[in-house]
Amino acid sequence: MNVETAGIGALAIALAMAVVTLATRWGGIYVMSFVPISYRVKQFIQAMSGSVLVALLAPMAIAGDNGARLALLTTATIMLLLKKPLPAIAAGILAAALLRQL
Amino acid sequence: MANADTELYQLNRPLVWSGFKQLAPISIFVTAFGAAFGLAATQAGLSDSTIVVMSTLVFAGAAQFAALDLWGTQIPFFTVMITVFAINARHLLMGATLYPWLRHLSPAKRYGVMLVASDANWAMSMQAFSRGQPGLGLLLGGGLALWFFWVFGTWLGIYFGNAVSDPKSLGLDMVMGCFLLAMVVGGEKNLRMLVIWAIAAISSLLAYWYLPENSHVIVGALAGGVAGTVWGTQDNER
Repeated sequence: MNVETAGIGALAIALAMAVVTLATRWGGIYVMSFVPISYRVKQFIQAMSGSVLVALLAPMAIAGDNGARLALLTTATIMLLLKKPLPAIAAGILAAALLRQL
Repeated sequence: MANADTELYQLNRPLVWSGFKQLAPISIFVTAFGAAFGLAATQAGLSDSTIVVMSTLVFAGAAQFAALDLWGTQIPFFTVMITVFAINARHLLMGATLYPWLRHLSPAKRYGVMLVASDANWAMSMQAFSRGQPGLGLLLGGGLALWFFWVFGTWLGIYFGNAVSDPKSLGLDMVMGCFLLAMVVGGEKNLRMLVIWAIAAISSLLAYWYLPENSHVIVGALAGGVAGTVWGTQDNER
């Protein structure tokens, strides 16, 4: 099904995107309200929370360009050394920007 | 443990304000990223009002950029919706991970707080919980900061976007990546977590290469979660 973007069509698409996104924000806690929080469920949730981040980052690091790789490497290194997120993030972005100017 | 639990889910004005302030510095980057979106959306032919409505109500950068890729005079409706759902499906997992604390709130508050759940504030609040600190103020206050600066940035991009015509050359595409990595590195690290992360990373990459587009986050996160139940911790927090 194709929607014309002239007139109201574009706005309708934006609103539909908002509804789909809201369903993802609400769906997780809605489903969990039927799941008893057992020891095993706690373990699953705890392991999954770090894994979401790692699963987001892995393709960025492996399939990304050298700028992306250097950014992540810089952020990780500074974070390990200083344990302060903001300088680590700023340095990572700067590293990507500088490498991509070359 | 029970005492600590009753403290952790508290949500009041000072906590929300503190969360707002803690996420405000990163919001400078979010503004720039939002400006990049505003400009790209203008170039893709969206009207100014549609762009602002989208950023305000969708509030999900990666999905919004993906929708622009599909934008034309005609738009394949279901393709856009499936893409948006797949990219944002990680919110389902985030909601689930927050549930042990959110369940103490009234349904109205619980669903209200989730309106502004996104990567950065979710990661900050989970980190707070794992340190034994209240995290819902970070989720709500931080989320409001991110949301405000995302919409503000989008608006800037529509009118003054040429400064960020090439966000990649400024490294702005790496804002969230670097932020989330800083959260991972700053979090709890032990052999069990490293094994779980390795399984999550490998599963994510396999899904990235061999499964339908945008499935990698869900696949990797669920694989890591399953690994966590197979290798349980030794503590007796039952």
